Amino acid sequence: MIDLVAKSPAAGLLPVTVGASTLSEQPVTQIYSIAPFKGAHVSTALKKAVGLGLPNVGGSKSEDGVEILWAARGQYFLIGAKPPPLPAAITDQSDAWCTVALTGENTDHVMARLCPLDIASMEHGDVARSLVGHMSAIIVKRKGGVTLMVFRAFAKTLVHDLQTAMRSVTAQATLPD
Amino acid sequence: MRHDTKGLIDRTQRRSFTFDGNSYSGFKGDTLASTLLANNVHLVGRSFKYHRPRGIMSDGTQDPNGLVELHQGDQITPNLRLTGQELVNGLDIRSQNHLGSLDWDLLELNDLLSPFLSAGFYYKTFMWPKAFWEKLYEPIIRRAAGLGRLSMANNSDRYEKAFAFCDVLVIGSGPAGLMAALTAAEAGAQVILAEEDFIFGGRLNSETYDVGGTSGHIWAAEQIAKLREMDNVRLMKRTTITGAYDGGTYAAVERVSHHVAQSGDAPLETFWRITARGCVYAAGAMERPIAFQNNDRPGVIMASALRGYLNRYGVAAGKRVVLFGNNDDTFRTAHDLAAAGIHIAAYVDSRADADITGDFPIYKGAHVTNVKGRKRVEAVTITGAGDVMADCLGVSGGYNPTVHLACHMNGRPQWNENIAAFIPTPNMVPGMEVAGAAGGTFSTHGCLKSGVFRAREVLKALGLEARAPAIPKADALQTRIRPLWMVPCKGRAWLDFQNDVTVKDVKLAAQENFKSVEHMKRYTTQGMAPDQGKNSNVNALAVLADATGRGIAETGTTTYRPPYTPVAIAAMGAHGQGAGFAPQRFTTSDKISRDMNAPMIEAGLWYRPSYFPKDGEGHWRQSCDREVAMVRSAVGVADVSTLGKIDIQGPDAGAFLDFLYINTFSTLKPGKVRYGLMLREDGYVMDDGTTACIATNHYVMTTTTAAAGQVMRHLEFVSQCLRPDLDVQFISVTEQWAQFAVAGPKSRDLLAQVLDEPPDLPFMGCGEVSVGGIKARLFRISFSGEHAYELAVPARYGESLFKGVLDKADALGGGAYGMEALNVMRVEKGFLTHSEIDGRVTAGDIGMGAMMSEGKDFIGKTAAQRPGLLEDREELVGLKPVGAVKELNAGAFLFAVEDDPIRETQQGYTTSVAFSPELGMIGLGFLKNGRERHGEVLKLVDHMRQVTTRVEICHPVFLDPEGSKARD
Repeated sequence: MIDLVAKSPAAGLLPVTVGASTLSEQPVTQIYSIAPFKGAHVSTALKKAVGLGLPNVGGSKSEDGVEILWAARGQYFLIGAKPPPLPAAITDQSDAWCTVALTGENTDHVMARLCPLDIASMEHGDVARSLVGHMSAIIVKRKGGVTLMVFRAFAKTLVHDLQTAMRSVTAQATLPD
Repeated sequence: MRHDTKGLIDRTQRRSFTFDGNSYSGFKGDTLASTLLANNVHLVGRSFKYHRPRGIMSDGTQDPNGLVELHQGDQITPNLRLTGQELVNGLDIRSQNHLGSLDWDLLELNDLLSPFLSAGFYYKTFMWPKAFWEKLYEPIIRRAAGLGRLSMANNSDRYEKAFAFCDVLVIGSGPAGLMAALTAAEAGAQVILAEEDFIFGGRLNSETYDVGGTSGHIWAAEQIAKLREMDNVRLMKRTTITGAYDGGTYAAVERVSHHVAQSGDAPLETFWRITARGCVYAAGAMERPIAFQNNDRPGVIMASALRGYLNRYGVAAGKRVVLFGNNDDTFRTAHDLAAAGIHIAAYVDSRADADITGDFPIYKGAHVTNVKGRKRVEAVTITGAGDVMADCLGVSGGYNPTVHLACHMNGRPQWNENIAAFIPTPNMVPGMEVAGAAGGTFSTHGCLKSGVFRAREVLKALGLEARAPAIPKADALQTRIRPLWMVPCKGRAWLDFQNDVTVKDVKLAAQENFKSVEHMKRYTTQGMAPDQGKNSNVNALAVLADATGRGIAETGTTTYRPPYTPVAIAAMGAHGQGAGFAPQRFTTSDKISRDMNAPMIEAGLWYRPSYFPKDGEGHWRQSCDREVAMVRSAVGVADVSTLGKIDIQGPDAGAFLDFLYINTFSTLKPGKVRYGLMLREDGYVMDDGTTACIATNHYVMTTTTAAAGQVMRHLEFVSQCLRPDLDVQFISVTEQWAQFAVAGPKSRDLLAQVLDEPPDLPFMGCGEVSVGGIKARLFRISFSGEHAYELAVPARYGESLFKGVLDKADALGGGAYGMEALNVMRVEKGFLTHSEIDGRVTAGDIGMGAMMSEGKDFIGKTAAQRPGLLEDREELVGLKPVGAVKELNAGAFLFAVEDDPIRETQQGYTTSVAFSPELGMIGLGFLKNGRERHGEVLKLVDHMRQVTTRVEICHPVFLDPEGSKARD
């Protein structure tokens, strides 16, 4: 028998603060993908069980530490709770993602170096699938920053790319006119 | 030399740089060009072809002559523009394109040979003998011609790419751009104001006239201050918009830190992609030269640049100046220079009716016909006046609106007789309005008004209401012009200074029937240099029009293409340099593997251990052999998490798999695993792997590491486009699970110590198990031919599991094995990887034709039956050396022993080779009709390494062909 010890994807790499931006890893929690089968209505049952129904495309819902994100075509991520049995494909994604929070007033400038989206025009809670550097990512706009999710194995590159952009943006602000 | 009082430079901040080793000093606010001129340096470079001495000609980034190298440590930045680079302390600038010194360039010999070197010379001369071109002519010509050099060292500069968004992009911050930005900003639009220069204001910084009752440059600074206060405005200076693309996308290069000596973590440049809903293009106009004999001598300078250097930098480019123009704008230069006390030796206007007065000699209806002096103007020959002593000649042939960006989507500008110039045709770039001088409006008042009007047009299209701001008072005079392109002469009159193209060259092109402007361009190379013809295109086509007897409008322009100014490849490729080329994926066992000194090998974006060296092992083969023997005799552990894992669920999941794979999966029972092969739509093999049935209508598909992304994409395509009728959902779970192969005769014993319950699975079975109370998945599958398992735990436990399993394996005489050993064992077993299924092989080629189910349809089924895919194929075989030479190399070709090893006699090739500790060298390959040829001896030739080996063709499964070890 072996006793297994959990390790988070960005263990030892975060948090990092550069100038006005801070990058920190979000704690590993439960993440379940929910992809309803054809014609299935899952919102009611889901709401009853975890307090939240499905969000709109590009949106999210959250309440009492539970959040549900639109994640892809016909696919949602329930975070912080386990879904009940549903007429949907459900998979455990808890360990598949490295989730980081980028906060601070430079967030939009840092993201502009790595992501082709207009982060400034997103509303709090908006979700998008796009790129961070060369990596496919789930991007959630937050008050005061963004949450970024990339595949777990990309953790090191994600931190490196964001840190490089954070340093660059901070350095640029101090350049003489 | 420096004028005492004029200029926008900060005389309290002195700075200096070196040019060819000599130190020159200037002030903050100077460019390198203005610093050199202040130090009376005119000769700055040698021309491309004839190596003629050349001097600074303009005050904008289009300057054709002021191209130099910037040296920093082991780095050389070539073709840096003197007119665009701000003066920074300590810059090491060197002239380029000469043999010997700038002053004594040995290649100036070319200039003496010029009668032989006219346009088309190379095409006609270096035709014969044919072989000489590549070996002799081209290397010599390339050495003689050319601009800056590269250091060939790795580029250590930092570059960056970024995205920006706005409602209105205003390009240029002269009077038109400023008014456009103010109008758009006050209407509430998100505005980006981009300015190429390092101060805003455009031409206003170089002129003396008033705007709104105050000096133009002060008015500009006030407007910028106003814009800076607004939250919806982003001011981007040192930013050149280099291209207009589809969908309102504009490319831009921001020179972030060229103006500082130490940039720290800031990049040198940022390559922007700006998405704008609308755009006001107010890039101004560029003055054009007139072609006359020796008009390229250092000291010949554009008239507007002459006053620009004086007004903005306080620099007089000469002591005795002659001015030559065909338009009223040149008067301004005369007045500004005269007011600053600079001696005007002559004012020459080609128009007999020019309306100019001044306290200097004026020659109306006259021309400058020649310039005397070689490295500096010494005298100017004027019709009717002879030689006039001068050290500087200001020239103006009128202005060309900067139409470039407006034409970037393949639009053509239209000829305007009134200003003798091309102006943009409306709506060539959707959403773009052209304002000010870029649209052919040259008066200051007109530009201010045009900026407001064009901005309102853009805002209207965006549905925004704009108040019309008051137009400040400014000069409303429209400049008058009478076209003058060239002054006839016997000698050479220069059009394209950068590529050394003369009036004669263009006439020769026409004479040789290269009459289209596009043909003339290619024949003469006019407009093909770094300035892309900004100084010469219109003049050259006017000369061509004249030579062909057509009008200018009819002759037309060549195509305007991005980028507007040269862009460093490093800027466009930012984030792609070195390790930035691709992101890295690390397994959960990565750290432990590296701690064990395992060299890592790339597999797609993943990094996997090649082998795990032990003390005393000096060669990878020693480690690999030991690892193979370890797995075959005891137990080995390998991280196989990198293989793609796709979770597939739904009422139609089985039908979906049946459609994807050539064999049937809908019959697979829960708790069972099956090997499957999938084809592309063209009938060739796409990927292979195992798929496990976890529960009813719930499968986990395994793909190869390399093809995981491709297979996922394929599944999306099939589900969305080919079989939308199927009710199925799938998602990658590759990263959810850390999965380890546990292989070898003692694998079951090892797992018995690892799992909470001893494993109890049949071959090709799967089930849920637990490790330390954590739910895990166990598959009994084998890629080594041994009794083997793959154990998957949630990835957070991956590192911990790997460590724990290795500790226990050690006691059983086992341990970790890497990719090398994995590869040896799979070759021994004849198992395939993408070395074999490389996209060119069919199921039949690899001996799996019989797996193609007849009772169902699947992707690639029909295409796999087409002629050419069934008969006379190269088939998978095994290879064993049988002669004295034992070396086998992947990529080598198979020939009959008696044949010449040439392409025509080639019968097959090797895909994988391995040294089996048990069997020696073995290999897999493909051989024409190979399955029927086991036992034949052929010759394997590796042309690259020059190795010839006799090989016997055999069955591709070398070890345990019945598979009893894996099943037991």
